[in-house]
Amino acid sequence: MPKDGGIGASTTRREDVRFLTGKGKYTADINVFGQAAAIFVRSTVANGVIKSIDTSAAESMPGVLAVFTGEDFVDVGGNPAGWLINSRDGEPMKEPKRPVLAHGKVRHVGDAYAAVIAETEQQARDAAEEIIADIEELPAVINMADALAGDNYVHDEIGTNQCFDWGWIEDNRAATDEAIKNAPHVTTLELVNNRLVPNAMEPRASIGTYDAAGDSYLLQTTSQNPHLTRLLISAFVLGIPENKLTVIAPDVGGGFGSKIYHYGEEALVLAASKKVGRPVKWVADRTESFLSDAHGRDHVTKIELACEKDGTFIAFRSETLANVGAYLSNFSTATPTFLHGTLMAGNYTVPNVYVNVKTVFTNTAPVDAYRGAGRPEATYSIERVIDMAARELGMDPVELRRKNFIKRDQFPFTSAAGLEYDSGDYDALMDKMEAIVDRKAFEERRKASEAKGKLRGLGINAYVEACGIAPSNLVGVLGSRVGLYDAATVRVNATGNLSVMVGAHSHGQGHETVFPQIVADMLGIDPASVDIVHGDTSKIPFGMGTYGSRSLAVCGSAMVRATEKIIAKAKKIAAHMLEASADDVDFAEGQFTVKGTDKSVSFGEVALKAYIPHNYPLEDIEPGLEETAFYDPANFTYPSGAYACEVEVDPETGKVTIERFTACDDFGNVMNPMIVSGQVHGGVVQGIGQALLENTTYDENGQLLSASYMDYVMPRADDLPFIAVSHDGGTPCTHNPLGAKGCGEGGAIGSPPTVVNAVIDALQSGGKNVTHIDMPLTPARVWAAMNNA
Amino acid sequence: MASVTMTVNGKSVSGEVEGRTLLSDFLRNDLHLTGTHVGCDTSQCGACVIHVNGAAVKACTMFAVEADGTDVATIEGQANADGSLNVIQQAFQDHHGLQCGFCTPGMVMSAAALLKENPTPTEREVREYLEGNICRCTGYHNIVKAIMAASGQDVSAIAAE
Repeated sequence: MPKDGGIGASTTRREDVRFLTGKGKYTADINVFGQAAAIFVRSTVANGVIKSIDTSAAESMPGVLAVFTGEDFVDVGGNPAGWLINSRDGEPMKEPKRPVLAHGKVRHVGDAYAAVIAETEQQARDAAEEIIADIEELPAVINMADALAGDNYVHDEIGTNQCFDWGWIEDNRAATDEAIKNAPHVTTLELVNNRLVPNAMEPRASIGTYDAAGDSYLLQTTSQNPHLTRLLISAFVLGIPENKLTVIAPDVGGGFGSKIYHYGEEALVLAASKKVGRPVKWVADRTESFLSDAHGRDHVTKIELACEKDGTFIAFRSETLANVGAYLSNFSTATPTFLHGTLMAGNYTVPNVYVNVKTVFTNTAPVDAYRGAGRPEATYSIERVIDMAARELGMDPVELRRKNFIKRDQFPFTSAAGLEYDSGDYDALMDKMEAIVDRKAFEERRKASEAKGKLRGLGINAYVEACGIAPSNLVGVLGSRVGLYDAATVRVNATGNLSVMVGAHSHGQGHETVFPQIVADMLGIDPASVDIVHGDTSKIPFGMGTYGSRSLAVCGSAMVRATEKIIAKAKKIAAHMLEASADDVDFAEGQFTVKGTDKSVSFGEVALKAYIPHNYPLEDIEPGLEETAFYDPANFTYPSGAYACEVEVDPETGKVTIERFTACDDFGNVMNPMIVSGQVHGGVVQGIGQALLENTTYDENGQLLSASYMDYVMPRADDLPFIAVSHDGGTPCTHNPLGAKGCGEGGAIGSPPTVVNAVIDALQSGGKNVTHIDMPLTPARVWAAMNNA
Repeated sequence: MASVTMTVNGKSVSGEVEGRTLLSDFLRNDLHLTGTHVGCDTSQCGACVIHVNGAAVKACTMFAVEADGTDVATIEGQANADGSLNVIQQAFQDHHGLQCGFCTPGMVMSAAALLKENPTPTEREVREYLEGNICRCTGYHNIVKAIMAASGQDVSAIAAE
């Protein structure tokens, strides 16, 4: 049983009170005295040469303070890619400069080439209309295969649209080819992993404030990752010394990856603030978000599964084209490679895996990590082709997976794609899922659907992912230009309450509630006496932010280490107070006790002593009680799951409805089951959105046809049932102190193939020979597949 | 510029607005009631739902001048008189019906309008009523559950946590 409000308790969230009463403070809610407003002028064409930009009319408009164009930033740096990937031939990837504002050329619809600063947003908007840009439109490069075949380059200076051609693991290529050539059965599937827009409900926003007195800058911004933003602006883009730049990410209304990255608008408001001598605020509207936020997914893949006649897997081989858009966003080169190729063995003992990924520049918005980031693409490829193979072999899809699962006693297990999975029990997850689903009763449910004129299908799926990103030494070898540790400072105040400064940023994950649960549990104190400070680079030692399900596994571990240091020091102080040796002092339930006696002091008494060090061994112990720890994980963590989905398909219209959805996950040890369930619900529904509803559509000229909620279909409440979720009894992570694996992405990774497998099963049950439909499975696509089949 | 006067959360307020000023902007910028959020430009997302003369309205679809003389309620006026969370707000906290909190004010205001119209809605009725409110975090599971709980229904049998 969890302690009251400690580890494992479903404590309700303390942050909810401000959000439920309208007291949240998001960037757009902040108004700074004297602030001016920025509006960006964005390209309406996908590819064009900027011949001239006449800003004179705009500059004379009422309220206008300044107008910026790309010319103003030619002497500063570009926004860099965070991972260097080498091609199979050893050539480093192509890295064209990504400027603050487009200069020379515009490269996608929405590419900002000018910005207007005015007294009010409306005045800036009016003036932006008066900027006259002579942009010579060129043919756009949109389709990836066309981009690789032609000589129309997104970046003329690199002379190719291919960023890199990556092989994983290149040394396994020949063996995999040979295994597939000789295999008794090979299943081949060509599929599209549809391009998505993350669509955090809060649009991006930034406020830049330059303080001439201190020659320093403050950036308040919608970020998952304020320290990285500071680092990128300082070291690469504007060259502001890190000690002169504070980045604050206040309440942030969701991220899902899109707010990991540094964007040009953040640099612009800082530079503009210095120029006009006023704080400068920018708030995106939704269309701007669609046009300029980093998008996700967008892979075209051919996957092959070779197996024995009995279903034993021999090899997976895949070839993928991955779109990076017009510029390299910060993690865009890691997402389709090390977050994708390394997972292409899935949950299986398959001995041969080879993955080839070519990344392609196109005249579209940059593409980067979106919830799951590479792992949904890997899982989708694997789990769709396995289902197809099961059908071809006449095997039950659950049995085929079980036959090839890594078994519980095989962990730690090094997969054929090179990762060492530390723990897991895939059969146990499948057992649990089958029990909840009650497969035996499925045929009854199918008959009931058929009696209503509907087709019913059951889709299942297994996934494993790598998160808790990431061991710095390993990712350094793989091309990362940053370390991926995290940090925490635990400050015990004199009166015994605590402020805990953490590098992870909470934008919905509930850190303000869960992190105190952990510290309070370790110290045996009331969680209400612990507060978290996050999102402010001036208050926090350092941090690599929140993404890759890393907050608890990495930053939480740093917090545990810092708390252990607190306990160790407090024990020494207590020993002095108790006139005992530190080795003879036990700490439990908030009390330091001399072993075998009833002599004790409380944690609060020790804290007070640390700050009022009278009769204190100052020669041995410093006053104060504050400790910092940096934690660098020894390995990734490996959450896994078994999912099931039941759908009904209306054969008259092709409409799919989700009737049941079951998610059984192994996240290791769970700190707050209520919050973890919420993470699964949200992830699963984003995956259902990908499978059935969401698609980012550019026409052949590069116009984004899906640039509003009228056109881009977000999941709504009436598209969904309740989701059955189970995550108890997981196998703990073996290498971090909490045994936690991370729960932010599993839902979005596990759900898309589950849904598609269910729809294919439904169509097959209706006698339709449909083996694949590309996502999203809209009524039009399903109907067409049924009627052309 | 035009003068507007209205009652907001029980207090009379007035201001000078342009004809094009949206009610959402008037609330946020002139009255500093920033709990009403703006998440889209097409009246789709529902983060800005408020009540005007008792009816749920998307504040971004109304000009401030159109609200002249009306009685407006926003998220800032929903808590009980003693400052504690009202029944709906409390149910959202108890059932983890919010994550990032951005859509939450609109969800709470829509839920209040629903329960006034239909005091014990079915799951389907709740889901259909929320068609105009987008949430990207929760998958709606705990929002629907919270609203049903706020209506006094037993939600303990709803899918496992």
